[in-house]
Amino acid sequence: MAAGLRLEKTHKHPTLHLAGETLVLDLCGGLWLPEHRTLIVSDLHLEKGSSYAARSGQFLPPYDTRETLACLHEAVVRHDPARVVALGDSFHDARGPERMEPGDRALVAALQEGRDWVWIAGNHDAAVSEGVGGRYAEALTLGGLLLRHEPSPGDAPGEIAGHLHPCGKVAMRGRAVRRRCFVTDGTRLVMPAFGAYAGGLNVRDKAIDGLFPKGFTAHLLGDGRVFAIGRAQLARD
Amino acid sequence: MAPTGAGKTLAGFLPSLVALSQRGPQKAAGLHTLYVSPLKALAVDIARNLDAPIAEMALPIRVETRTGDTPAHKRTRQISRPPDILLTTPEQLALLIAHREAAEFFSGLRCVVLDELHALVTSKRGDLLSLALARLHRLSPGLAAIGLSATVREPDELRKYLVPQGRLPPPPSAGEGGPRRGSGEGSDGAERGADLHEGLAKSGAVAPLSRPGLTAGPPSPAEGGGNAVPLMADFVTVAGGAKADLRMLDLGRTLPISGHTAWHSMPAIYELIKEHRTTLVFVNTRLQAEYTFQELWRLNEDALPIAIHHGSLDAQQRRRVEAAMAAGQLRAIVCTATLDLGIDWGDVDLVVNVGAPKGASRIMQRIGRANHRMDEPSKAYLVPGNRFEMLECQAALDAVEEAAQDTPDARQGALDVLAQHVLGMACADAFDPADLYDEIVSAAPYAWLTWESFEQVVDYVATGGYALRAYERFAKILRGPDGLWRVRDARTAQAYRMNVGTIVEAARVRVRLGRTLRGKPGTVLPKTGRVLGEIEDEFAETLTVGDTFLFAGETLRFEGLAEDECLVTRAPPGTDPAIPSYAGSKFPLSTFLAARVRALIADPFEWDRLPKQIGEYLVQQRRRSVLPGERDLLVETFPRGKRHYLTAFPFEGRLAHQTLGMLLTRRLERAGLRPLGFAANDYGIAIWTIRDVAERAALDPDFIADLFAVDMLGDDLEAWLDESAMMKRTFRQCAVIAGLIERHHPGQKKSGRQVTISTDLIYDVLRKHQPDHLLLRAARQDAATGLLDVRRLGMMLERIQGRIIHRSLDRVSPLSVSVMLEIGRERVYGEGADEILAEAEAELLQEALS
Repeated sequence: MAAGLRLEKTHKHPTLHLAGETLVLDLCGGLWLPEHRTLIVSDLHLEKGSSYAARSGQFLPPYDTRETLACLHEAVVRHDPARVVALGDSFHDARGPERMEPGDRALVAALQEGRDWVWIAGNHDAAVSEGVGGRYAEALTLGGLLLRHEPSPGDAPGEIAGHLHPCGKVAMRGRAVRRRCFVTDGTRLVMPAFGAYAGGLNVRDKAIDGLFPKGFTAHLLGDGRVFAIGRAQLARD
Repeated sequence: MAPTGAGKTLAGFLPSLVALSQRGPQKAAGLHTLYVSPLKALAVDIARNLDAPIAEMALPIRVETRTGDTPAHKRTRQISRPPDILLTTPEQLALLIAHREAAEFFSGLRCVVLDELHALVTSKRGDLLSLALARLHRLSPGLAAIGLSATVREPDELRKYLVPQGRLPPPPSAGEGGPRRGSGEGSDGAERGADLHEGLAKSGAVAPLSRPGLTAGPPSPAEGGGNAVPLMADFVTVAGGAKADLRMLDLGRTLPISGHTAWHSMPAIYELIKEHRTTLVFVNTRLQAEYTFQELWRLNEDALPIAIHHGSLDAQQRRRVEAAMAAGQLRAIVCTATLDLGIDWGDVDLVVNVGAPKGASRIMQRIGRANHRMDEPSKAYLVPGNRFEMLECQAALDAVEEAAQDTPDARQGALDVLAQHVLGMACADAFDPADLYDEIVSAAPYAWLTWESFEQVVDYVATGGYALRAYERFAKILRGPDGLWRVRDARTAQAYRMNVGTIVEAARVRVRLGRTLRGKPGTVLPKTGRVLGEIEDEFAETLTVGDTFLFAGETLRFEGLAEDECLVTRAPPGTDPAIPSYAGSKFPLSTFLAARVRALIADPFEWDRLPKQIGEYLVQQRRRSVLPGERDLLVETFPRGKRHYLTAFPFEGRLAHQTLGMLLTRRLERAGLRPLGFAANDYGIAIWTIRDVAERAALDPDFIADLFAVDMLGDDLEAWLDESAMMKRTFRQCAVIAGLIERHHPGQKKSGRQVTISTDLIYDVLRKHQPDHLLLRAARQDAATGLLDVRRLGMMLERIQGRIIHRSLDRVSPLSVSVMLEIGRERVYGEGADEILAEAEAELLQEALS
């Protein structure tokens, strides 16, 4: 109970400092850099639903693109960023843009209107380099931060990456809660996937755990706010 | 309809055997009789039982089985050269009617026998089977359908199930010079029926028929013209055999108020096993089976061969137990519902049912497993685990005495099953939608289906049924210029075949025994030990390293998950399992038994018949609070510790109570009473709050009545349903059955675990963007009766309006203690994800501060 009282003071969108920059961990799964007026979102995986229809004949609800863009729209309205960075794997596959509904395409165009829009190349969408507005880049430097899709092995101070879709799991009293999360050790940060159909990888998996030899804190996206959970409290799958 | 042991199955075959044995010397004309059983093992068992008399009498009849285990070459041969009698399961039948050769294969079929029909019709498998039966009736006009059933409450529902409820279109592609008809003889329906009836009468196995002919085929136009009289199969019933010798095990000692394990009765059960040849010990859950097995072995000084059998055990182990049982090598088997149905194992002379009976018909079925002979009484004991279960046992004894049944109502056919069937029919042949619609609504469970709903199902199968027409060019079935629908390609048909069926098992992981390195404690070698069985993913998810739990008769220590396997070691002797897997019954208390329990409580004159301690317990309750009347709802409020409690006793089963708990919690939240959580069992619920409910009720006399007003089933229910984890699980099942998610893909390794994309994510997106989508409708239809039992909750709320008795007490009453004891033992359902996360976060803060 005492702990509960203290917690009420924490912010819905907590703030961190990394490489001298201020980072706001947004509950929607985006990262807001107020000093740069930049919003970063990672792994949108647009048109993931339709990729299943094209490849395997499973007709998943084709609304994932719309849903993802609606969440992004909400964050953009809230922050009114001068720049939006999509940190790679923005499309689930290279043919995603051509399957996109005209309505969704218009939504992207509206979001891009009046701001700098950067598509960072990911492994799923490296081949996408035109037709959806904005500019394309392999990586981007913002102040002390390096923005790229795949986290680099070894030390990477100031790196903001995505790609791994981190999820944290808390198991307690016969209940398990699994949520997307930011992972950071204070020197680098891995972003959660933003896309409506993007799955997740447990932070205790070697691929993520290995990036933080000195341990990490996961910031899980709860229903009402972001929660900071220590590595020791996070369960494996 | 006949009680267990009456010889139903053989009676079902007799007409076919007579007809086949009198058949002329001409070459076999194709499949004559099809037998469908819910269990693969039962089909195999029956084949063996048929083979003997056929061989003895040297009858020229070929009997074969077709199950999931039948090798491919035999399957192919069965199609090209069908046996006279084929024994199979509903899933295999679905595959057969979706076969390209189906029309020809079944064209000469004269008789279909559906065994254990009472067990099939209550599930989606029954829906699937009804659709297959409609197709069989169409492929072979005049087909006689025979249903074999244990005693049920509404036999007319089964009679309707067997007979087409309306006129059937001609066999598909019959007009296009399609399949050959069975060599010219006896293709007239009435004639065949008479033929079969003659066989039945000669066999002398059944009572005289109410009217000539056992035709369950389509009625003549004169009969079928109006829908006023429901079309039903003829009814043959055998009066119940010898009365069961059924008793409640009364130890003469006081039972606990709560708990289901019946630990106190184990020595008595062991003595009973010693006194009998072979005993079946039925329990309600896997955990109970594990516990009972372990306890019996602890007592087993004579080293009697006692085995365990439940659905999570390794299949090979289960086969070994079944074989040992058949060979008469076992003295007892502790088992769950997996042995509820029919394999005849001869020598069982005692059935013991541990825990609450939950339903009168269920308990009668189980009793019937003993002494599988009609003229001898079955001997059985009911063993209550707590005081409430004593009441339930008494109610069940009364029901058995009167032979009162409480089998569930007839189902409304599910839309997800229908979607699967429609794709199957496109795989069989091009279909005309109007004809297929007529065929489908001829199946009793689908008589309700409107043309619009049918069109939506076809649209769903073709392109997913989305308002956003994104998948037109990938359509699975296509409508040709001739107006007929055809399957897109061989890959789609193959995917259908790989995913047929309605049993969606919870995703499971194998449990493997690992070896600990002696030199390095804490290091466990994976892949070294044997596989013990499987546990549900959902349970494995909640385990952390070091947790102990009961499985396969031992206490195991969880060591972690490795490559989709749950790695465990044996816990040191004497370790108590720390993690209770679900301990309650998975069957909800039947409405019928619940009403009887309420009646028992309400009438003090009845208490004499109950064990003395129960009477005393009820007297205590009457003194301290009140005993509700038969139709009343008792609500008690009282303070305890720093919290305020509200308990209520609707007796409507755990599922309905959990839903009720969620809804009441929301209302109390809105009323500012700050509820913290709730717990439920089969009899009642307890909710605890920070503020005082009794105080509020004193200020506002209508407060309690308003709390339980029927309108709680409105917006709150909708809102909660959409968010609930159980709804998501229900949706997942519908999505798998309807083929939205394919469990197996052509050209991919089989794996039951992990569909490629989380259905929870799909569910969230779909309900936001197309809330009226077919699959969401299917999931809500399931929720009404399934995991959430909303319908029953609604009936309860209607019943108690104006009949709520509220008692404001200064401390907990005897009745309330029973449900209070569930707190902490079960998950707290009111608890949100954020509370759990906040607690984990607090631990981090603690660390930082210390």
